[in-house]
Amino acid sequence: MNLLEMNHVKKSFNQNVVLKNISLSVKEGEVVSIIGPSGSGKSTLLRCATLLETMDDGNLYYLGEAAAKSESGRSVYAFGAALKKIERQFGLVFQNFNLFPHYSVLKNIMDAPVHVQKRDKEEVKKEALKLLQKMGLSDRADYYPCQLSGGQQQRVSIARALAMKPKILFFDEPTSALDPELTGEILKVITELAKEKMTMVIVTHEMYFAKDVSDRMIFMDQGTIVEETTPEELFASDNKRTREFLGKYHIGKE
Amino acid sequence: MSVQVMMQQLFSGMLITIQIFIFTLLFSLPLGLLIAFGRMSKNMLLRGIAKIYISIMRGTPLMLQLLVVYFGPYYIFRVNISSSYRAYAVIIAFAINYAAYFAEIYRGGIESMPKGQYEAAKVLGYTKVQTFFKIIFPQVIKRILPSVTNEVITLVKDTSLAFSIAYVEMFTTAKAIAASQKSMIPLVAAGIFYYVFNFIVAALMELWEKKLSYYR
Repeated sequence: MNLLEMNHVKKSFNQNVVLKNISLSVKEGEVVSIIGPSGSGKSTLLRCATLLETMDDGNLYYLGEAAAKSESGRSVYAFGAALKKIERQFGLVFQNFNLFPHYSVLKNIMDAPVHVQKRDKEEVKKEALKLLQKMGLSDRADYYPCQLSGGQQQRVSIARALAMKPKILFFDEPTSALDPELTGEILKVITELAKEKMTMVIVTHEMYFAKDVSDRMIFMDQGTIVEETTPEELFASDNKRTREFLGKYHIGKE
Repeated sequence: MSVQVMMQQLFSGMLITIQIFIFTLLFSLPLGLLIAFGRMSKNMLLRGIAKIYISIMRGTPLMLQLLVVYFGPYYIFRVNISSSYRAYAVIIAFAINYAAYFAEIYRGGIESMPKGQYEAAKVLGYTKVQTFFKIIFPQVIKRILPSVTNEVITLVKDTSLAFSIAYVEMFTTAKAIAASQKSMIPLVAAGIFYYVFNFIVAALMELWEKKLSYYR
């Protein structure tokens, strides 16, 4: 069974059609990268998957349970306890981190597991400290987000997402707000997670990173999936649009 | 009348002034938040009511509102008003007036919050109520504190308007003594009192702002 299954997703903002009948499925343990030019709908797809946007039409399933089902041309969403349960399956790392500035690093990570998932505080604290150690931020537990570099903030936000024990983690351009040096820190963390078989969907502009870390890559353009294949095949693609896009990064066939 | 007696009388007026001040804040701060919710509501009717309310409260003199709240029950409903109603009328009039100003301050603060904070909270599974009171509101307080300080200082001075319905607070007392004793002393003493009161208010608010400066 697919961990995530989206099919025939359609989304428009006013007259602007952003997603034209897109389908995406992700198996457990898989790492999928989505690349494509700005405005191609990558982020919107991720925001639909994480319920930050509502699809106009299409289905959305997590582990076979429907978050939304298409009924006579419109997505009908689950609600109440059913939707809450589905919301616990995924986590999202934002481009701009979106840490809570008034909470310390430790509280940022602990607050939702304690007050949303109602887990034992001591147990959560142990896990949070372990996560911080994994992120190389053990000495920053009592700092506030404004005292950290962008890369450190993004690592805290990854720890915050992981503390909820999601089955799948989405990354929406996690390094786009960071300089190249800090970008490396984040990519290293994501690579580590991939080795641990964390299921991830990553929207990124870091082509070489995407190539290294992904089991599968998706190239999106103008609201459609142009190609969906292994990194090797994508970078060797004969598709005109794919080559044109990758050419801008000086990769792929000339 | 000796200076000592004057001061004693002024002192009891002071206590009344402080009372008006505290009760007004106690009621207007939460009421203002409710009105701000109305003003930002998706429901057109609620939004319209809140808008008109704020417009009237800010658009007419507080002194007039005091008179309406105090005499209204009699003129409109022919209810006999007892003199004990005077104190309530003062608090009601001040609270509903200041709530309108606070509502707009809250709204400014809430609308200035970045969308990302709501989205992060949603993805982490916080309920709407949790999101507002744990994530959004504490940050809003920090943002609006300077404007709130302004309003609170104005309130200290506005309490003197209670004299318009003959409610005997500090200012009314000072005026009465000054007239009967043909002396400036009570007025000077009143001035000093308002100044010191506001000095303390400003200092406390600054302290609070400093306490919140641990984050940006």
